[in-house]
Amino acid sequence: MRLTAARSRRAMGWVYAAPTALIVGVLFLAPLVLVVWMSLHRWPLLGSAAFNAPANYLKIAGNPLFLDAVLFTLKYTVITTVLLSLVALGLALLVQERRPGITFFRTAFFLPGAVGFAAAALLFYGLLNNDFGPIDPLLRAVGLIDEPVKWIGTPDMALFSTIALVVWRFAGFNMLILLTGLQAIPVEVYEAARSDGAGRWQIFTRITLPLLRPTLALMLILSVTGSLLAFDQFFVFTNGGPDNSTVSMVMVIYREAFFRFDLGGAAALSVVLLVALVGLNALMMRRLR
Amino acid sequence: MRRVVTGIALAALLTLTACGGGETPQEGAAVTITMWTRAATQAQSERLVKAYNAGHKNQVKLTVIPTDNYQPRIAAAAGAKQLPDVFAADVIFVPNYTSQGLFLDITDRIDALPYKAGLAPSHMKLGTMDGRQYTLPHTLDLSVWFWNKDLYAKAGLDPEKGPKTLKEFAEHATAVQDKLGGDGKVHGTFFGGNCGGCYVFTFWPSVWAAGGQIMNAEGTASLNDQAAMSEVFAIWRGLYDKGVTGPTAKEEQGPTWTGYFAKGEIGVMPMPSTTLGLMPADLKIGVAPIAGPSGGESTFVGGDSVGISSTTEHADAAWEFLSWTVSDEAQVEVMAKNKDVLARTDLAANAHSAKDPRVVLINSLVAKGQTPYAPRFGQTFNDPQGPWLRLAREAMFGDTTKVARLNAEVTASLQQ
Repeated sequence: MRLTAARSRRAMGWVYAAPTALIVGVLFLAPLVLVVWMSLHRWPLLGSAAFNAPANYLKIAGNPLFLDAVLFTLKYTVITTVLLSLVALGLALLVQERRPGITFFRTAFFLPGAVGFAAAALLFYGLLNNDFGPIDPLLRAVGLIDEPVKWIGTPDMALFSTIALVVWRFAGFNMLILLTGLQAIPVEVYEAARSDGAGRWQIFTRITLPLLRPTLALMLILSVTGSLLAFDQFFVFTNGGPDNSTVSMVMVIYREAFFRFDLGGAAALSVVLLVALVGLNALMMRRLR
Repeated sequence: MRRVVTGIALAALLTLTACGGGETPQEGAAVTITMWTRAATQAQSERLVKAYNAGHKNQVKLTVIPTDNYQPRIAAAAGAKQLPDVFAADVIFVPNYTSQGLFLDITDRIDALPYKAGLAPSHMKLGTMDGRQYTLPHTLDLSVWFWNKDLYAKAGLDPEKGPKTLKEFAEHATAVQDKLGGDGKVHGTFFGGNCGGCYVFTFWPSVWAAGGQIMNAEGTASLNDQAAMSEVFAIWRGLYDKGVTGPTAKEEQGPTWTGYFAKGEIGVMPMPSTTLGLMPADLKIGVAPIAGPSGGESTFVGGDSVGISSTTEHADAAWEFLSWTVSDEAQVEVMAKNKDVLARTDLAANAHSAKDPRVVLINSLVAKGQTPYAPRFGQTFNDPQGPWLRLAREAMFGDTTKVARLNAEVTASLQQ
């Protein structure tokens, strides 16, 4: 009798988990298996595939565009993550306390996050355009610049203009994540610290930061993963230029698949990127726990 | 139990037959076919589709896709087996698409056309693989020099005389820049400096006009490091260095490169012939063939070819539309009427074209121009991450000693 009850409980567990399992299976596992399968084949647009493993993996080492893209994407990830964390933390600290009008600022800081990313990239392309963008004339009018600034005309400027776009677009969202972490810190802890004579800086470094650690970890993981998978901003805003200086890893995968029609090669690059991401995230989670 | 199984089987069979019935139109029923085209030749495709839909029972539903995004969209659709019934493609991509099996073999249908011999030869050549034919010419877009007659007059140049050599082109552009460029608005000339396809379309004809070549006939070896091309690059680089081109030429990625001339801000520049019919009526434009450094005439015969996708279920309806687009009626009353270059050489002398000597000139260039053939054209020359754009930018703005090494990369890409 008890055995039957236990079995039916187990069965109910499966039923509850089934919808999620189905979604994960269809939308994640099946495509994942297909990508791994594709990476082992020469996979034409139409027609039947031919097994060629490990050719698609071996040729990655001979793809200078991808190797350059790895270095560039890592550089972009480090700069973006550091800047984004600092700005988001600053904003969160600014708006953490309930004061009159604070909702306005919270909304204003968050608002760029409501703009679609590709649309945001196009917006920056327009704003910073040397022919018709309003930023150059504005800066010239207030006397900050004499010559038009080539916002995406040199490798460094293109990188930093893109980072400005990303920080503008994501700082508000990251601020929101940190704000939930800040508000989860009990007021009593702050009061106790103050009554023990701790100053503002001490409270920030000894109380706020340590207690914010799990939230910071979440933000870091989101930022690092998002940056390593960067595509829209470079595809729309810089188009990888000038002179291939802003080509991200995902852009190379896109090129292999949709310009060179090498679906097998693109799948192999995707698998390599996925394995690296999983490894990196596991490492980060262990260090930040 | 058996009744349940039988019931399910019957229901499944009914569903299948219902689906099948939906996909096979009955005799005489109107069919709506889908067609894709790229934004660069949108105006011509739209006019053809509109005229066809007005006079036929079958209908065509046209989707226009941004030019830069066209190749990826075709690839994604092919991979998912969701190609439209009919799609146009930049003629230089056709060999690659054909080799990927995206187009239906229409050799026998083309053979039955009475005006087969008049179909634009360069487009027909690129649509042929192993003796079988897969595409028809859809639009012809030739690169030519446009000059702004008003700016020429203001700069003290003869407004009725365009440049006859690339060196003269440079002199005219410099004169416009020197006389009228003071306000920063008007410029001598312009080019798409960060756009691989723009370089190919506007610079290569100068090499051909001088009797040179940019690739071998098989499209597997690049000759872009040789003297003929270097000389063309050097003249253009001189114009950029002297500030004769607009300041944004170096960053121009392609989508807006033809926009400046229409605003009346450019003295003389290479332009696509399809834009002639789209220019403001009050802009007085002269048209000259692209010349080599010391003379000659040539053009890049670009534009689109159109074919039936190999996955279509409406091949007959698709062919009815395709064959109509190259008929006398469509070519003369739709294309020629709007100053477009015709897809048929036998109709070049028609009443509409004869009214505008510029159109007559452009039509006459079809025979003098070239359409380079290379199976790996797109990934080598058009793709912004391809090796050609780096070569062109080093030659124009950077270190010319790197050109030979980059040319080897272009060849390697052509052979992949």
